[in-house]
Amino acid sequence: MNDRNHRTKDPLPVATITILPGKARDGTRENFDEITIRAGDTISIVGPTGSGKTAFINDIEVFACHDTVTGRSILVNAQVPPDEMVRDPARKPIALITQNTKCLADLTVQEFLEMHVKARRIPDTHRTAETIALANEFTGEKITGEMRMTALSGGQTRALLIADAVSVSNTPLILLDEVESGGIFKENVIASLKRNNKAVLFVTHDPLLALLSDRRIVMKNGAVEKILEPKEREKETLARISEMDGFLSLMREKIRAGDLLDREVPVP
Amino acid sequence: MKLLIFAGPPSAGKTAVIRQILRQLAGASTIAFLKIDVVRAFEDEELSKEFGIPARKVYSGDVCPDHTGILVLRDAISWADDLGADILIVESAGLCLRCTPYTSQSLGIVVLSAVGGTNSPLKMAPMIALADIAVVTKVDLVSQAEKEVFRERVREVAPRVDIIETNAVHGTGLRFLMKAIQSVPEISSPDEIVLRGMPPLAVCTICAGKKEIGWQHHFGILKTLDGADDLYRGE
Repeated sequence: MNDRNHRTKDPLPVATITILPGKARDGTRENFDEITIRAGDTISIVGPTGSGKTAFINDIEVFACHDTVTGRSILVNAQVPPDEMVRDPARKPIALITQNTKCLADLTVQEFLEMHVKARRIPDTHRTAETIALANEFTGEKITGEMRMTALSGGQTRALLIADAVSVSNTPLILLDEVESGGIFKENVIASLKRNNKAVLFVTHDPLLALLSDRRIVMKNGAVEKILEPKEREKETLARISEMDGFLSLMREKIRAGDLLDREVPVP
Repeated sequence: MKLLIFAGPPSAGKTAVIRQILRQLAGASTIAFLKIDVVRAFEDEELSKEFGIPARKVYSGDVCPDHTGILVLRDAISWADDLGADILIVESAGLCLRCTPYTSQSLGIVVLSAVGGTNSPLKMAPMIALADIAVVTKVDLVSQAEKEVFRERVREVAPRVDIIETNAVHGTGLRFLMKAIQSVPEISSPDEIVLRGMPPLAVCTICAGKKEIGWQHHFGILKTLDGADDLYRGE
């Protein structure tokens, strides 16, 4: 009824999202008081398979309220978020992108973005072009508006969905669940999210991504084991890993281009 | 005893949603389960084994499974009542998108898969329109844009239906379904339970086994290609 008017109103500004502790699989309380996420934060979640990384991300995505297996709860601006914010994906201040997230509809990139812009009732006519341009900052495999969504590579799809979350959904918090694999310029993604004042939380096994974050949450046995804030201490390692990552990307491109890597290549 | 009626197309995740309900409630409550299907079904055996609940099934064979469900529902309520069940869950076969198996004195839940495409709610309008709750599953598999458009399409068909998005395998977002189950009133007078809407007509000569194609060979309520209105032709 007044749904339409309601949509065009600015959603409640989200200043902080806070995670309150739950319990580990053995029932012991988690080892932190609270984790607060603010605009521009980059946080990585690491830990072995089955340690509870995805459950942690899911808790945030559903605004857990002591009603998930972990018993955690999530606050927005230090309060229990209103139902509407929790339930309507268009009003949720969180975008979750997993390795399974895809556009299933057989649409072109342009049509896909237009569908989303229209659903959000965004009057701005340049938004789709901006989104494609941003996606192209994230991937070396050029994306155009005429390409079909179903024909995009994994890297292109993730680049486009992250750009969509930044520029169309415009959610303050983006959750990435193991989306790092090839074809994405990781440093560009992190830099762009920071520049756009987005907070990002990512589950990762990728050393470069893990070291690019300001905070590193280590999971074990279903619970947060510790929270690392390496600050300057990992600076040199980060520089080395970044160089190695660049080297591997270069090798990947050469292999894709059909080159024979027979000459000695200087390993960083 | 409370009555929950689940409908939804095949593979939408009806049983996955029911499993999450059982995970949270079985034990504390006694839950009886009835599956209605056409030729084969395994849900009753699986759920009974996994949760130790009383479960059974009915095969509709050559009859519309929803009509079968309606015919056996009163018996099923007595069966569950005799077992002292707190909740009876009925899961439809989910074959026909025209299904509307929801009754009075029950919670009607339609389970839809986000993977079905953004237009699928429009195709399943009758199944959604009379439900209390639309649970949209597999939302983790589709893009944010499709998630939002899917919700709009459900709203288009049923402006007041309560929409709950979930990844039913992990049970995310189902707190609102659990709340709805908690607050639904118990069956007050089982003999007065009626269907909320009309099920599709299921009596035609094809149902009765006449195999010829073309309306000219049949009688009862018929359709012609030109002039899409129904016509009635007695034998």
